[in-house]
Amino acid sequence: MSNPNLAQVARDGLWNNNPALVQILGLCPLLAVTSTVINGLGLGIATLLTLVLSNVTVSMIRHHINPEIRIPIFVLIIASIVTAIELAMNAWFHELYKILGIFIPLIVTNCSIIARAEAFASRNDITPAFVDGLTMGLGFTAVLVTLGAMREILGSGTLFAQAHLMFGESARWLTITVIDDYRGFLLAILPPGAFIGLGLLVALKNVIDARRRREPVVAHEVRPAQVTA
Amino acid sequence: MLGKTMLRAAMALGVFAVVGTGLVATTYTTTKDRIAQNEHEALLKSLNALVPPDLYNNKPTADTMLVRSEALLGTDEPVTVYRARRDGAPVAAVLTPTAPDGYNGAIKLLVAINYDGTVMGVRVISHRETPGLGDYVDIEHSDWITGFAGHSLYTTDAREWAVKRDNGIFDQFTGATITPRAVVKAVYKCLQYFIINRDGLFNPRVSTTIVEDVTTASDDE
Repeated sequence: MSNPNLAQVARDGLWNNNPALVQILGLCPLLAVTSTVINGLGLGIATLLTLVLSNVTVSMIRHHINPEIRIPIFVLIIASIVTAIELAMNAWFHELYKILGIFIPLIVTNCSIIARAEAFASRNDITPAFVDGLTMGLGFTAVLVTLGAMREILGSGTLFAQAHLMFGESARWLTITVIDDYRGFLLAILPPGAFIGLGLLVALKNVIDARRRREPVVAHEVRPAQVTA
Repeated sequence: MLGKTMLRAAMALGVFAVVGTGLVATTYTTTKDRIAQNEHEALLKSLNALVPPDLYNNKPTADTMLVRSEALLGTDEPVTVYRARRDGAPVAAVLTPTAPDGYNGAIKLLVAINYDGTVMGVRVISHRETPGLGDYVDIEHSDWITGFAGHSLYTTDAREWAVKRDNGIFDQFTGATITPRAVVKAVYKCLQYFIINRDGLFNPRVSTTIVEDVTTASDDE
């Protein structure tokens, strides 16, 4: 545990142990904001920053705190970091801050952040903790963006709507109307659409994993299972 | 022994509380002015989108008064009124009423009314309506809210101040009637408030005390 393989840490964060698809953590913001790509990307980046900063901080102080009080200290660290990020976003990305609203302070309650602090950062050196935070954050962001794209195309027939709120007025051209005169598909935008979409993504990941392991997806395709490290 | 461990734990917690608070305090002080400026600019931008800046020459963001009318402005909190004047003569007032009966709670509005009682424009300041459904009252999502401009109590009948489903003249969106209904009602009541209190609203004395409800108009909804 003291010297984990960084490539393995990265693979775990991005795919094998993806916070959204495998750990199924942080569902509240994940399901709530993914109605568009831009919303998903905004929350993803804020979560990524929080994960990296909290992992690095927890890893730095891991030898100086006794186990009994580690959880309150992690919560203190995460809450301070999120509040600082929230203020910084309000100052420098005011428009984006206004769309993401309550979900920025709610990053504190995203279980995947305290889970990484407890399960990984508090037991590893700063470099692996940094890589873990970065790749877990990227894995989470990727799911937010994918789910956002699925729901935005199905629900409103557009892609990258409101890109100017994140990248400035010059990014208005990014908005793509995928389906002209689309009347909208309510289910995709509402919370049930988020649950169904996430379920489909989890299923897709499992199918891909099963194929990669060359495990029998259906009974008659029996092949010897390859042992993976 | 136990006492010593507890003391150490308490001290560690204390240290982290101080460090965390320090981080938040530092960020707060470095971003405070910028955030205030952002909010002021955003407010001025919304005011100017409703009241063209060449119509007035005072500073509406500084020429404000606080009024209260739960019946007509939708909240028991004091409501800010920004006054636009040209050479001291009243031009328009921008009120910040609340539509208390949105689908997901209160919708805060910015309603600009010309001195003659015509709506110059309406914007949603904050709302919690369903994304992709009720949030179309927000100008970022559709231009529905611009439909109020030009209407007044004189040109538009009380019966017409409703969404089309209720035989009014304002559109509603498929699957989301509650949100526009709440907004139309709030704008209508805000106009009533303006007409009843117009002269008081342009009182040149900038008062810091809250003007309590002086109307006796009953709620006709």
